Amino acid sequence: MSDHQLRVSKIRNGTVIDHVRAGQALNVLAILGIDGSKGEAVSVGMNVPSDRMRRKDIVKVEGKELSQNEVDVLSLIAPEATINIVREYEVVEKQQLERPDRVVGVLSCPNRNCITNADEPVETKFEVLDDGVRCEYCETIVREDLAAHISVE
Amino acid sequence: MRHDHLITAKQLSRPDIEEVLDRAAEIDADLGAFADRREDTVLGLMFYEPSTRTKMSFETAIKRLGGDAVDMGPVDSSSVKKGESLADTARVIEGYADALVLRHPSQGAAKMVSEFVDVPLLNAGDGAGHHPTQTLLDLYTIRESSGLDGLNIGIMGDLKYGRTVHSLAHALTNFDAQQHFVSPESLKLPRSVRYDLHERGANVREHTDLDEVLPSLDVLYVTRIQRERFPDENEYHAIAGEYGIDLETLEDAKDDLTVMHPLPRVDEIASEVDDTAYAKYFEQAHNGVPVRMALLDLMLEQEEDR
Repeated sequence: MSDHQLRVSKIRNGTVIDHVRAGQALNVLAILGIDGSKGEAVSVGMNVPSDRMRRKDIVKVEGKELSQNEVDVLSLIAPEATINIVREYEVVEKQQLERPDRVVGVLSCPNRNCITNADEPVETKFEVLDDGVRCEYCETIVREDLAAHISVE
Repeated sequence: MRHDHLITAKQLSRPDIEEVLDRAAEIDADLGAFADRREDTVLGLMFYEPSTRTKMSFETAIKRLGGDAVDMGPVDSSSVKKGESLADTARVIEGYADALVLRHPSQGAAKMVSEFVDVPLLNAGDGAGHHPTQTLLDLYTIRESSGLDGLNIGIMGDLKYGRTVHSLAHALTNFDAQQHFVSPESLKLPRSVRYDLHERGANVREHTDLDEVLPSLDVLYVTRIQRERFPDENEYHAIAGEYGIDLETLEDAKDDLTVMHPLPRVDEIASEVDDTAYAKYFEQAHNGVPVRMALLDLMLEQEEDR
C-alpha cells in the first residue's frame, strides 16, 4: 500500500484528483465549490510524498464527477493533475489535464469596470495564454493567483 | 471592409484602413456627391457617457449621407434608469435603426452588445478600452499631414486609461511606424496593450521624458491626463505640468511636426500653439465627419450586399 493511500482513504464513487501541486488542494476544492456545507465526503492529502513530484496534494470527493468547465479551470491552476473517475472502488477513467484554448463561465474578471461585472446577461470568457488568461471582453490579462477569480457554480 | 461590427482597431487590416481613408478623401473632395447615398437609413445613437465630438460627428455624418439618427438621449431619461440591461436596450433599438453607435463606460461593452444584435455596431468608446472610429480619423489626419509610413510618432499623456491611445497603437502596427510612448510611470500602457503590440512585433519605445524623443518626431499625439485618476490633487498638478506643451517645448521640434489631440484638452497644449502650423487638433476633430461618413457608407454597403 502506498504512502498516500495510508493517509487518504479509498472512495466508492466519485473523483480522485491526484498529482496536484503541493499547496493547491484548497484551491481545487474552491473550484469544485466544496466548502463542507453540503455534507460531501471529502478527503484531502497535502504535501504527501510523490515519486514524480516529490510532494503533492491529493483530493478525493465522494459522489461527484467533474464537469468539463471544472476540468478546464482545474487545468489552469493544477496543470500536472490527473483525474481519476471512480465507480464501485475501481478507477474507470483516468484523465490527464489539457490546457483548453478558452474557459467560459468559470473565472470572474478582476477588472471592476469590465462589462461582465455589470449585471448583464453574459458569461465570462477567457482566452488561455501561455502564462495566464485574458478576458475576451475587456482584455485584462491575469497571470497571478487565478484561483482567486474562480466562479464555478 | 469585411466586418459585421467595428469593436476594436485590432480588427482593422491595412487594406481596411486604406479603404476607409480613401473613401473619406473622396467624400472630403466632393461632399455633395454623397448627399443621398444613405437615404432612408436610420442610425441609432446609444451614448451612456457624455460626448460632444463623437456623437455630433456621427449624427452629422449620417445626415450628410441623406439618412437620419435616433438618439436614446441621456441615460437619466432613458429606460436604463429603470434598470434595463444594456443588452436589452440594444436589442430594442436594433429594431428602430439600421446601425448602432455605442459609447459606454464599461470595457468590453461593445463586444458584448455585438453578440446580441445583427445590425452593424460601431464602438464609439468603451471605458478605457477602445475607440476605433477615433483612430480612423486620427490616421486620416496623420496621412494628410505626414503620410503613414516611415513615421516617428510620439504618443503622450494618460496611456493607461486612454482608449484613443490603445486603438491608435494597435492600428499603427499595420504601418512602418516607430511608436514612442511618453507618460509618467503610473500611467504607462496597460499590460494587455503591450502584449498585443509585442505579438504584432511593433516598433515601440517607452519614455517618461518628452525631451528624449521630441526632436525626432513627425507626429506628437497628446492626450489629457485625467485629473479624476489621481487621489491627490497636488500629485496631478505636478504630473500634468510636466506633460503639457507650449511654444517653448516645441523649440526643439522639427518644423513640420504635427501636433494632435483627440480633445477635449484642458491644459496639455497651451493655446499659443493653436495658431502655429504644428496644430492639427481642430482639423482632426473636423475630420470625424468625412471619416465616419466613409465608415458608415462602407459598412452599410456591405450589409446591403449580404
